[in-house]
Amino acid sequence: MGKEIILKTENISKQYRLGVVGTGTIGHDLNRWWYKIRGKEDPYLKVGDSNDRSTNGYSDYVWALQDISFDVEQGEVLGVIGKNGAGKSTLLKILSKVTTPTTGEIKTKGRIASLLEVGTGFHPEMTGKENIFLNGAILGMTKKEIQYKLDEIIEFSGCRRYIDTPVKRYSSGMTVRLAFAVAAHLDPDILVIDEVLAVGDAEFQNKAIGKMQEISGTNGRTVLFVSHNMAAIKTLCTKAIVLEHGKVKFKGTADEAVDFYLKNEITSSGEHYSHETSEKSSDILGVSILDSENKLCSVFAFNHKIYLKIKIRVSEKHLPVSVLSVRVIDQFERPIFTSEINLKDYINSVGLHSFNIELPYKTLTPNDYRIHAVFHIPNQELISNLESVVSFNIEETGSELYKYAGLDYGCVVLDCKWNKI
Amino acid sequence: MSTKNENWLYTISANQKLINFNLKEVWNYRDLLFLFVKRNVITVYKQTVLGPLWYFIQPLFTSVIFTLIFNNMASIPTGDGVPSFLFNLAGITSWNYFKECLTGTSDTFAQNQGIFGKVYFPRVIVPLSTVITNLFKFGIQLLVFVGFYIYYAFFSDQGSNVAPTKAIIFLPILVILMGLLGLGLGMIISSMTTKYRDLKVLVAFGVQLLMYGSAVMYPLSYFKQKLPDLSWAVEYNPMTVIIEAFRYMTMGVGDYSLLKMIYAIIISVILFLLGLVIFNKTEKSFIDTI
Repeated sequence: MGKEIILKTENISKQYRLGVVGTGTIGHDLNRWWYKIRGKEDPYLKVGDSNDRSTNGYSDYVWALQDISFDVEQGEVLGVIGKNGAGKSTLLKILSKVTTPTTGEIKTKGRIASLLEVGTGFHPEMTGKENIFLNGAILGMTKKEIQYKLDEIIEFSGCRRYIDTPVKRYSSGMTVRLAFAVAAHLDPDILVIDEVLAVGDAEFQNKAIGKMQEISGTNGRTVLFVSHNMAAIKTLCTKAIVLEHGKVKFKGTADEAVDFYLKNEITSSGEHYSHETSEKSSDILGVSILDSENKLCSVFAFNHKIYLKIKIRVSEKHLPVSVLSVRVIDQFERPIFTSEINLKDYINSVGLHSFNIELPYKTLTPNDYRIHAVFHIPNQELISNLESVVSFNIEETGSELYKYAGLDYGCVVLDCKWNKI
Repeated sequence: MSTKNENWLYTISANQKLINFNLKEVWNYRDLLFLFVKRNVITVYKQTVLGPLWYFIQPLFTSVIFTLIFNNMASIPTGDGVPSFLFNLAGITSWNYFKECLTGTSDTFAQNQGIFGKVYFPRVIVPLSTVITNLFKFGIQLLVFVGFYIYYAFFSDQGSNVAPTKAIIFLPILVILMGLLGLGLGMIISSMTTKYRDLKVLVAFGVQLLMYGSAVMYPLSYFKQKLPDLSWAVEYNPMTVIIEAFRYMTMGVGDYSLLKMIYAIIISVILFLLGLVIFNKTEKSFIDTI
């Protein structure tokens, strides 16, 4: 380790109380205080479940974070990856001093500025320029610093014409540009950023990513960056940690962490459907989504192969005439394509059968997709119609068009022949 | 783990000292303080027709009503040669500053949770900015008072008796005391309302009640004469001391003594420090409970 450690977190934990604050709360408060004045440990710290929002816990207290430890070196860009509710935002809140950890401590050698939101403290009645000063000061800049950078900020925002107009007259895009412009000109030792890139149009996003690279690369600033955008993590970060249920699951280089995250992202629902107990003579008994290693999976990188497995039971009556089809639907309910087979072409016996379907490789754009599985006799009988039976997600991991992430640039990526004439 | 003698800039941890008021940090954020004040001043009356005129209207109308009800109808005496309108205006001007500071700071956390939840800066900046903003308002209302004062002193025979006393040089101290008192109470209340919203309801009418117990529309001497058994409640209210002193300094009527002033100073400073301690304790993690 040649470089100096600028930020050190040691066993950070954060406990939250579930439910509402009401009459019962004061009882717990008094009890806690009673333990405290006798010099004992807080009785409620012993309880608490790990934070899995889909299960029913045993306790009113949950650990949003548990024993988080990591070091950040000077000039490092650390990515933080995790599912919704993994504790990313809580970690950022603690780092930016918005809230305190329940136990553990964070030591730092530099000034931390946090960007958990763009445009914090913007006042709609004040002009763009006034808001630059106010927002800058909230983020920790002095008036002198802002004055010095004012021209640059206005230039970056591209809102020069409107700079003396109240912000309430701005379009939402302009407000965001102005806010990001202020944030981008912050000059702290450590910058903490939460997915602020997911704003603005494509042109501005490129500008924002460029600025981020400049901050971390050229200026050698230390950055902590939280995002769902795997491509951004891969391009911007040098290292990354993966959080799951409030614990650090993986530490490593950004590429390793992204791979780990995608492999281990197991959702409790989505990738598998099963109805083995069906009593119908013909039915779909199971649908699952598998990766190339034949394991259940619901999150894929853009360049991963995706397989569908369908298990059916077919009766003598249906075998010669029925059709099994799958349809891929995107998150906007748009059917992308349908693929089907006549059963009699593939099987010649009644009973249980399984099919493995390879979906087109490197075709679906990063997005959320669902599968409809239908077992039917066209225009005659619907044997089984399973809508949205399983779902999967393709993560942006650096496809050609990643710079448009978040925008709807189509649902498939296809090779077109471009010829210069 | 960290046996090397590394000098960390600061540490974020669960343990907090009781008093860790970081004056240097607040000083570093002084620009923010003034920008907040500027924001508060210029945005209050945006898109109103009368604008800052509202600063005049409110105390004037209240004084007129008070004069009609308490002096003309209930005939409360305001002292020899002191016009009751001026008497009421003095009371209301000083009471208003305290009240605005108290109510303005008492929902600091609830009002600013959007900002507080996203960005760190010394939270005490916000109530401080409220108190400074109110100082502007107080200044304007003081001008109104001075205007009527001059009118009564020179152009009307009704108030030939009003004259400032030498103690008027302590007027700034009085203003600071009102600010400290309002700020201290406000910070205590705002800290407590993060968890228990009940206090918010209490403040709304508590302030109203407190006004009647602070000798705003009657002289303390008259209260003592009429309700001698209850007079301690009004007499030891620090706001009574301040308002009486304000009237003594400006018009020469009222109950004023060095001892009482010292009493008011001690109470204000204690409440302010207490507020600061509680506020600092709350700001660390209020975002989890609000």
